[in-house]
Amino acid sequence: MGVEGIGARVVRKEDKRFITGKGRYVDDIKLLGMTHAHFIRSPHAHAKVKKIDSSAALKMPGVVAVLTGQELVDDKVGNLICGWAITSKDGSPMKMGAWPAMAPETVRFVGQAVAVVIADSKNLARDAAEAVLVDYEELPAVADVQTAIKSGAPQLHPEAPGNQVYDWVIGDEGATDAAFAKAANVVKLDVTNNRLAPNAMEPRAAIADYDAAEEHFTLYTTSQNPHVARLVLSAFYNIAPEHKLRVIAPDVGGGFGSKIFIYPEEMVALWASKKVGRPVKWTGDRTEAFLTDAHGRDHVTHAEMAFDANNKITGLKVKTYANFGAYMSLFSSSVPTYLYATLLSGQYNIPAIHAEVVGVYTNTTPVDAYRGAGRPEASYLIERLMETAARQLKVDPAQLRRTNFITQFPHQTPVIMAYDTGDFNASLDAAMKAIDYAGFAARKAQAKSQGKLRGIGVSCYIEACGIAPSKAVGSLGAGVGLWESAEVRVNPVGTIEILTGSHSHGQGHETTFCQLVAERLGIPISQVSIVHGDTDKVQFGMGTYGSRSAAVGLTAILKAMEKMESKAKKIAAHALEASEADIVIENGEFKVTGTDKAIALPMVALAAYTAHNLPDGMEPGLKESAFYDPTNFTFPAGAYICELEVDPGTGKTSFVNFVAADDFGRLINPMIVEGQVHGGLAQGIGQALLEHAIYDANGQPVTASFMDYSMPRADDLPSFNLSHTTTLCPGNPLGIKGCGEAGAIGASAAVINAITDAIGNNNLEMPATPDRVWRTIHAA
Amino acid sequence: MYQTTYHRASSVDEAASLFAKGSEAKFLAGGQTLLPVMKQRLASPSDVIDLGKIKELIGVEASGDMLTVKAATPHYDVATSEAAKKTIPALAYLASLIGDPAVRYRGTIGGSIANNDPAADYPAALLALGATVKTSKRSIAAEDFFQGLFTTALEDGEIITAVSFPVPAKAGYAKMRHPASRFALTAVFVAQTKSGEIRVAATGASQSGVMRIPAIEAALKANWSPSALDNVSIPASGLLADIHGTAEYRANLVKVMAQRAVTAAG
Ligand SMILES: Cc1cc2nc3c(=O)[nH]c(=O)nc-3n(C[C@H](O)[C@H](O)[C@H](O)COP(=O)(O)OP(=O)(O)OC[C@H]3O[C@@H](n4cnc5c(N)ncnc54)[C@H](O)[C@@H]3O)c2cc1C
Repeated sequence: MGVEGIGARVVRKEDKRFITGKGRYVDDIKLLGMTHAHFIRSPHAHAKVKKIDSSAALKMPGVVAVLTGQELVDDKVGNLICGWAITSKDGSPMKMGAWPAMAPETVRFVGQAVAVVIADSKNLARDAAEAVLVDYEELPAVADVQTAIKSGAPQLHPEAPGNQVYDWVIGDEGATDAAFAKAANVVKLDVTNNRLAPNAMEPRAAIADYDAAEEHFTLYTTSQNPHVARLVLSAFYNIAPEHKLRVIAPDVGGGFGSKIFIYPEEMVALWASKKVGRPVKWTGDRTEAFLTDAHGRDHVTHAEMAFDANNKITGLKVKTYANFGAYMSLFSSSVPTYLYATLLSGQYNIPAIHAEVVGVYTNTTPVDAYRGAGRPEASYLIERLMETAARQLKVDPAQLRRTNFITQFPHQTPVIMAYDTGDFNASLDAAMKAIDYAGFAARKAQAKSQGKLRGIGVSCYIEACGIAPSKAVGSLGAGVGLWESAEVRVNPVGTIEILTGSHSHGQGHETTFCQLVAERLGIPISQVSIVHGDTDKVQFGMGTYGSRSAAVGLTAILKAMEKMESKAKKIAAHALEASEADIVIENGEFKVTGTDKAIALPMVALAAYTAHNLPDGMEPGLKESAFYDPTNFTFPAGAYICELEVDPGTGKTSFVNFVAADDFGRLINPMIVEGQVHGGLAQGIGQALLEHAIYDANGQPVTASFMDYSMPRADDLPSFNLSHTTTLCPGNPLGIKGCGEAGAIGASAAVINAITDAIGNNNLEMPATPDRVWRTIHAA
Repeated sequence: MYQTTYHRASSVDEAASLFAKGSEAKFLAGGQTLLPVMKQRLASPSDVIDLGKIKELIGVEASGDMLTVKAATPHYDVATSEAAKKTIPALAYLASLIGDPAVRYRGTIGGSIANNDPAADYPAALLALGATVKTSKRSIAAEDFFQGLFTTALEDGEIITAVSFPVPAKAGYAKMRHPASRFALTAVFVAQTKSGEIRVAATGASQSGVMRIPAIEAALKANWSPSALDNVSIPASGLLADIHGTAEYRANLVKVMAQRAVTAAG
């Protein structure tokens, strides 16, 4: 309904402030008497903290305090938690070492904080930090999983012998073995999923303000889920009871998962603000972001796929080692298990799957959810396997996929997920048509005559998002429910505020959420505002990650809207002396259907608040709330095809074309969806070609700045060719599946499949840097 | 301890005398190298003397067989200079490949060669073109100016005022960009002087900074064509190796970039 309703390409409301530099980020906030924190971080990957001497620093100008990990322990501030309990195959719970917000005894990764200087300015804090003498005793360190699991490897935590967090399995091992025993062909593949640094544009920051009179804390923080932050800080970290802690996440400049977690710096800032009696601000710099923002991916996997004589997949076996870094971050345990192995069926009918995942500690930055979280790793594995299989079985890769596509829905996979709907042939058709798949051979020959190696690569991804049904995740070990909340407040003059537990840090909620209201009431989006990110303003909610804000958050808004509309219709019917059943809402008016009798929304609202003439027994006011708990995950899926050329002289890859045909269910704002896909594809391509967070054998980070860590730039990327095929999600009333992560999930395999096709050698790991590609060409 | 005093000099002489007065003074041009280093607290000059506003240090001029680029000329000005594009298009092209627009608007040739990063672009052009570095004290041949990683012939307080490039008969530049920093992973500048000398210099490749490549010069002397290099083999020993390129890869790039630079030179 209306030009700004569902499906309209409405320009983003929030961009005016972002583009004109009027965004209000944590670092923009200044409080009276504010102090500044500078953390003293370990230069060693593994060491004992023997002594911290802050006597010289304390004498320096402007220094308010130097606080250490031991004082945190003394004040009984809790250790960081991991909120998803995973059980190993032997029935034992996962084995976790303690993670104090500042290390009192042992540091286990470069960048782990041991102390904090609080001073009158940022520079004074930094100056004083150089005068704090920390005496370390270095310990042997280990950075990669293969070394960490060997006997005799340096040990991180006494609680986790052999550096093993868990050894978890899913699927039916017997059935899978039986399938392999009967297989006509078996395809094997070893892949590494490279570690990534998330690199949101805005580094993390926090301001903590303790009010001694009220014994109340306010925390401004760069969070994707301020309510969860408050819950965790209160229930587990012993900072303050919930009603004495307000968490505000104002404008946040990107998160990609890395701002889901509650980090040591926020905890320390809160605790320190009470200790020093003044507000404490910390703003991380880019180096700190590289060292301390939770990294993503970092898997080493061996997989085998069994086929029958008709090229139908009969079984899949996977063994993955997941590098967790030095500590278990908030949701880390779920990423390589329930967010990864449950997607190993891909878009295919696979009767038997068995996967084993070993979680491993190393002396590196903790690893947790990063855009896609487990699903990119699953999709990359399956789609490289399919391409490898097609080459080995000598069939067209697109055809092999079609032979195995799931076409009947709902479909129960052998790894928990029940796909509700989809049309995988439709997206593959659309992508093949868009890229002129049939004409590829001729283009390849043409490129060859110009000395270029041309390749094409397909990736048919499926993911599970709209997370998640609370009961289901609870039964799998999650410590939280994953519903969402909403409140609709109609003001006395008829403008509307929507309070949502979701959080926007780039997604455009302030526009898309208004579009639902515009659709239902026929009013312009300028009449609606979205309120989020402040635990004092908004009811408890779960935040934004896992492409959940539309499928779950917007559905909660819909539920609240329905309640509000129902009450408003009663008021309108009463005023118009009509039957409630005859009232329809059009263009901001409540009309008696088939007549010209109508009352405008502002008049209905005014009636609700003046309460002079309401139906008997009706409460005044027009404000409703709802909690929505999804019944299933949603399953966006699609087909990506990449065509590229490799320069054999340099190994450099150039894109010729990249097509993405996605099925996201209903689109609220296609322009915003395209932006999400562009960003996701950039991250997927970044992983495939450029990005890699590297440690040397001693756990020293090698890529802690943009001079070494290759972020994708616009000219590294092709101009994307996007399209959509649609099957509506049956699980929510709006039919939405979600689009936030798809690009990052599906793109990497398409790129690597295309490069390995171009160079005729499948033995290539990400990132496929020119150097690696050139060496692979010349190793062949 | 990290405080510094900023001075804006209006002439080379004033800059030199300000420098002499400071205890640990540093010249500042575009600040694209110095400022990040200061922010990381790896440098803490007592005084920063800005050369960037000295009029006599800015501009690109061609006269006779010489192209002169004054020291504080930003890369963008060289990339778009009509004089440079007419006389030594390869040099204008090289400047257009440096970093990103922000770096090109601020970074200068003087700062670049004074810094002598082993992966910087300009040093390859200076060496291959046989340029002369003019300073507040003397003239230094490019050959003598670059003395290994981040080391030059500059004395304390000596100010680069300009670089003079003899206009070649032909020249070409080919660069493989470092994927993260966009410096040269390896880049090669080839030149044929008006007297027929062949000079080839590579940057980004060697552990000891910008270098001439005699094997390639000899092959091109015999036959000025990319295919003349097909059988030239560049040893990997002494070449840089890091996460973005092995020494063998860089050795390959020296040859491949030289071939492409010859193609570009025509
Ligand atoms: C992101 C990024 C990407 C880059 N990419 C490239 C690239 O692709 N290729 C490349 O070649 N470079 C690259 N650079 C470096 C860039 O070209 C710098 O501009 C250059 O290295 C330094 O020049 P500047 O004018 O900024 O010097 P400054 O940083 O101001 O000074 C550098 C040094 O030179 C000294 N100095 C400056 N001018 C003079 C003078 N006239 N006489 C004596 N000493 C002087 C200073 O005292 C200082 O020690 C990049 C830089 C950045 C930040």
